[in-house]
Amino acid sequence: MSFLSYLINGISLGSVYAIIALGYTMVYGIAKMLNFAHGDVIMIGSFVVFITTSATGMNPLLAVLLSVVVCTILGMVIERLAYKPLRGASPLAVLITAIGVSYFLQNIALLLFGANPKSFTSVVKIPALNLAGGKLIISGETIVTIVTCIVIMIVLTMFMKTKPGQAMLAVSEDKGAAQLMGVNVNKTISLTFAIGSGLAAIAGVLLCSAYPSLTPYTGSMPGIKAFVAAVFGGIGSIPGALLGGVILGVIEILSKAYISSQLSDAIVFGVLIIVLLVKPTGILGKKINEKV
Amino acid sequence: MKKSKMILSVLLAGTMVLGLAGCGSPSKSTSDNASDSKTSDSSDGDTFKIGGIGPTTGGAAVYGQAVKNAAELAVNEINEAGGINGKQVELNFQDDEHDAEKAVNAYNTLKDWGMQALLGTVTSTPCVAVANEAYADNMFLLSPSGSAVECVQYDNAFRVCFSDPNQGLASAQYIGENKLASKVAVIYDSSDVYSSGIYEKFAEEAKNQDFEIVAAEAFTADNNKDFSTQIQKAKDAGADLVFLPIYYTEASLILDQAKKSGYDTKFFGCDGLDGILSVENFDTSLTEGVMLLTPFAADAEDEATQKFVSEYKEKYGDTPNQFAADAYDGMYAIKAAFEAENVTPDMSISDICEAAKKGITSITVDGLTGGEEGITWTADGEPNKSPKAVIITDGAYKAM
Repeated sequence: MSFLSYLINGISLGSVYAIIALGYTMVYGIAKMLNFAHGDVIMIGSFVVFITTSATGMNPLLAVLLSVVVCTILGMVIERLAYKPLRGASPLAVLITAIGVSYFLQNIALLLFGANPKSFTSVVKIPALNLAGGKLIISGETIVTIVTCIVIMIVLTMFMKTKPGQAMLAVSEDKGAAQLMGVNVNKTISLTFAIGSGLAAIAGVLLCSAYPSLTPYTGSMPGIKAFVAAVFGGIGSIPGALLGGVILGVIEILSKAYISSQLSDAIVFGVLIIVLLVKPTGILGKKINEKV
Repeated sequence: MKKSKMILSVLLAGTMVLGLAGCGSPSKSTSDNASDSKTSDSSDGDTFKIGGIGPTTGGAAVYGQAVKNAAELAVNEINEAGGINGKQVELNFQDDEHDAEKAVNAYNTLKDWGMQALLGTVTSTPCVAVANEAYADNMFLLSPSGSAVECVQYDNAFRVCFSDPNQGLASAQYIGENKLASKVAVIYDSSDVYSSGIYEKFAEEAKNQDFEIVAAEAFTADNNKDFSTQIQKAKDAGADLVFLPIYYTEASLILDQAKKSGYDTKFFGCDGLDGILSVENFDTSLTEGVMLLTPFAADAEDEATQKFVSEYKEKYGDTPNQFAADAYDGMYAIKAAFEAENVTPDMSISDICEAAKKGITSITVDGLTGGEEGITWTADGEPNKSPKAVIITDGAYKAM
């Protein structure tokens, strides 16, 4: 019974990683860049919800919607101001810029909200599920997190069949060719950032509902873990992000439970190294043959 | 394109140079200070310059703020009553965000200002770093609340609070003697000296006591959000008390997650839990029944405590915690030590330190945290005083 409980906690944690990882993987797949500021967009999204619900007493659902809108705009602005001017530059320059944006967002939040931890009021009002006579308790947050993750996956898969979705796929395969075929590359990349950042807002709310401590650094560690999840599942692949996130969460919790609570991170990253040694593109990553 | 790239690279190079200059400055200022400190000491001999370092922002901000406020309160009282040996006291408090590197920077800033003795630092990890610097300068250091063993490893360093091993020992004895539990689980931060220091001694002493440690679960600074596994393991092991030798930020998450997973148990902590009631937006009903070992309870009946609490409340709008009381006592300990050896502000930093070292071992400070016997110090830097246990009821501390 406790194994089941660990497993559910692992899937719940993994679902949060998966939603964050989606943002990394979509941006990487389409713009071929690592957006290290993604974790900090999550933090900004959580602060929007925290401020609106605690200060103005806004309905939590409305607050989440507002946060999605704010993050979507923020993502597009970051892309427009920081990344677009570097489109032709070396990948290293873009990577450094992304790290710069990440620190910029953290310090802006530090300035605006201070560094004192804030206790985030969960937006989930569903009562916990009580199974097997109190031996297995699944919290409302866990249920909502897992359900949200599944819904997002289905919607995204359907979205990929639509015209803008097809344009994204085309850009991800070959930017130049897509442009020749009449796809507006800049608009498509901007749309990718918008979707990724909107998802970040949802991930932030779920993360802070499950672990209700909010500081300007809240997004950074989950951001890194989610990046690992994206690489794990095969960066650029949407189902890969889901799979990578969930596997990562489950390994983390199970190694904490059965091996050592101190070594869980070492085990998670150890597994990552082994997977990458065996399959360098990640579990679901496509192998692309470079033409010479 | 070329032009903008060039501008960018110039900018980058500029930041790098700035960064390098930043790295170099602490060592530079040390040598500068050594030469001009004597002149500034002898010319500016009218006031005592006491420095303070602690986290006034960041995850441990509650402690730093409390120490800063209480130290200010004590300094104002001392100045109104005529100062130390007839000289006024000036206090300069710097933020370290509970970060060792920033604490050393703050120490250097204070030295440039002309600090003659340090009341700090507040938290353990930064304190160990600053103690090394202070030892090199032979600067008198009195930490209100740095509880790691290494904080006072040098002979110029003293503290007001209990050491980590002492807290671990006292907690184990308290739980054992009062038969609070027979099966105890521990959740501690293995990446933090404070937490692991208490845990090690607690585990050692538990063998002599009438309870058993059924689960000892660790977490690290990179992994301090999800505690569901640690809680589940404590629950499965049938622990009827969870010992939390950790800081309040993580403790607030543990209390929340324990409630979500339906684990109803007793929680017992040390002074790190102090501050949990002031986390912004935190549901304090979760803390109902949490016990902690602290040398200070704001609801104590004695006159000194009541006066301190009411003045602190009036000035800062908050009930003072144990850290505030430690800082208040610390400032009076500095005063008493200086007075015992007739320290004057025109003495050199090193002479002040030698005199204060001698002075502090000869005094007894009644203080807020001293209990009935008062606080005395031994030459190894440790205080002698008795701990009190409090239980949180209706969002406030009650003596047990």
